[in-house]
Amino acid sequence: MKILRKDLLDLRSLNAGQVQSLLDLSLVALQGGLPRDALQGRVVALAFFEPSTRTCTSFELAARRLGAEVLRFDVARSSVQKGESLLDTARTLEAMGADALVLRHSASGAPHFVARYVRCSVVNAGDGMHEHPTQGLLDLLTVREVKGRIEGLKVVILGDILHSRVARSTAYGLGLLGARVVLCGPATLLPSSLDIPNAVWTTRVEEALEDADVVMPLRMQVERAAAAFVPSLGEFARLYALTPERLRRTRPDAIVMHPGPMNLGVEITPEVAYGPRSVILRQVTHGVAVRMAVLYDLLRHPTVHPELRPVAQRLPAGVS
Amino acid sequence: MGRLWIRGGRVVDPASGRDEVADVLIEGGRIVAVARGMRPEGGGVLEAGGFVVAPGLVDLHVHLREPGQTHKEDIASGTRAAARGGVTSVVCMANTQPPADDPVVVEFIRSRAEKVGLVRVYPVGAITKGLEGKELSPIGALAAAGAVGLSDDGRSVPSAGLLRRAMLYARMFGLPILEHCEDPSVSAGGVMHEGAVSARLGLRGIPRSAEEVMVARDLLLAEETGAHVHIQHVSSRGSVRLIREAKARGVRVTAEVTPHHLTLTDESVEGYDPNFKVNPPLRTAEDIEALLEGLRDGTLDCIATDHAPHAPAEKLVEYDAAPFGVIGLETLLGVVLTRLVWQEGWPLSRVLALLTDRPARILGLPGGRLQPGDPADLVILDPEREWVVDPEQFHSKSRNTPFTGWTLRGKVLATLVEGRIVWMEEDLGSRLLPVGAGAG
Repeated sequence: MKILRKDLLDLRSLNAGQVQSLLDLSLVALQGGLPRDALQGRVVALAFFEPSTRTCTSFELAARRLGAEVLRFDVARSSVQKGESLLDTARTLEAMGADALVLRHSASGAPHFVARYVRCSVVNAGDGMHEHPTQGLLDLLTVREVKGRIEGLKVVILGDILHSRVARSTAYGLGLLGARVVLCGPATLLPSSLDIPNAVWTTRVEEALEDADVVMPLRMQVERAAAAFVPSLGEFARLYALTPERLRRTRPDAIVMHPGPMNLGVEITPEVAYGPRSVILRQVTHGVAVRMAVLYDLLRHPTVHPELRPVAQRLPAGVS
Repeated sequence: MGRLWIRGGRVVDPASGRDEVADVLIEGGRIVAVARGMRPEGGGVLEAGGFVVAPGLVDLHVHLREPGQTHKEDIASGTRAAARGGVTSVVCMANTQPPADDPVVVEFIRSRAEKVGLVRVYPVGAITKGLEGKELSPIGALAAAGAVGLSDDGRSVPSAGLLRRAMLYARMFGLPILEHCEDPSVSAGGVMHEGAVSARLGLRGIPRSAEEVMVARDLLLAEETGAHVHIQHVSSRGSVRLIREAKARGVRVTAEVTPHHLTLTDESVEGYDPNFKVNPPLRTAEDIEALLEGLRDGTLDCIATDHAPHAPAEKLVEYDAAPFGVIGLETLLGVVLTRLVWQEGWPLSRVLALLTDRPARILGLPGGRLQPGDPADLVILDPEREWVVDPEQFHSKSRNTPFTGWTLRGKVLATLVEGRIVWMEEDLGSRLLPVGAGAG
């Protein structure tokens, strides 16, 4: 059974059953259970309009492991620099034969916009501050694999929630599957609401960490201090960094995750990042499996039922 | 110009309180008589039985984009759109290229409108040179050239000190200050209302306070200087409260609200469609309630479109990259009647007042009324007729409406400016006859 329809744009538009099925399929991929030629003859285009090494590489590896061809679109050397629009770029890649467009873009909703006008599958590899669905899935897979379950666990997501697409995907997915999610950060970096099932908000980190099963500090971007969201990175670290002392408040078997790349000494200290509780490298491994599962699900059928591939929306008059 | 008799329509003239079936006699571009049972002699007859005859709409907030951005709109296309929408007077904003910070630009717009405009066009002059908020534009010369008000629309005058001087100075010429209220240090690159939806969508938010701090500032300055300040496109419940309090203190303030802020909320942004990207942003159901209450109790004086055309390709981009603004001239009457008459149950006359006499009086424009001696700017409309918004039918050069596919109730059938028919729905044609030919 196919799990996704045409695209993977965000976790919020999936139901719990779809998310569980994707995790199950990811586990199969992780254990080497997907055929190595499953996507032979398929073309996966990687269009990363923002710098990214790990996500881009992870998608590339996932596509190659399933036998797909990879078309890597180099934004820095492309006509994007000459003012080509996002839509033109996407339609050009589709015309070259891309069956899936893996898109990373600084504008929230950019993949949703592109998906309306192309027939190929669109996979969101991170859009602005909105979502990063494959990161969310790999975080869920990691929790499920390491802790054996998701439901009922207390998960603390720490730091810059406001600007984090990871927080939106991961927190939503965890809430959807029954975890108790605690979003913790300074008031200037906490959104007023995220509509996440079972989620609570707090600015008090010590309280938040009490009895936690999973802790995930988020990357704190240097620009945020410059833009006066916090007085300084130093103060942020003093108040919110995940230190060994703070980690002692969690359950003894609590795990530490991080979406990377880490700012050591800002949101997480090296002792914690490289300590025995850290499962950060397992997240990376799981990332490849999750992306294999997503590409496999979207692209494995050579001829796709018309229902699953809605005709792309017509361009408005005056635009060709 | 000959005579025209508009016969048998329900004449709704909010200014005089008239709401009855009557005939309207037009001669020489003016209304000569409004009475029952006149006997047509000479000229033509337009049978308006079953329809409403009302003053032409007056829109205080329109971007005609000429000079400089005529790929979006120009005076010809913008006034054609106005005519189709029943709007007989448009007040056009100063953010053209070059901006109307120089009397030459104001004169250009007026003379161009004389030549190609289907409806009356009233240019607004810039408050500051280049709309940059640094130096006053030549306000006296702009007034002499025919500017009807002053505005840096698109942004607020950033310095309270400069705006205070602009108010004192503009008062000498009887020109109101039309303010777009937004503190950019609060809106800070935001692209939609800040709230649960922006948080979920990962779009940067514009809090209500971005508007409200500027409204509060402007009201204090207007109170102190005695100047007339007109608050453009009020979007937030807090602004309504501030304006209400100021009016109670006797501050010379008027305010407008747009059709889209009365009908749409931030939930519309859910699909990242740039046709819902406006500034100020679409807010929440509570804000709409407050805006309606503001219109009801007179805190808000009128409805204006903020018709802001953008070419299709400019809106065919990711939400963040799209320009702010929607068009509204051709949907104004339909949206407002659907919302206020048919959904809220307000009397037609009261709703039409918000679109005709009240806006005309804010800037002292002719029109907006149907009394003998008034210019014959009027509309014939069918408040019951349902129609579906299809942007392909628009006369505007642009298509950026948030109302695509909406079924609206209330349609303009004919528009007259100075007694001249500038728009008529096809099916009304058979009702226009020379006197004596047929129905007598």
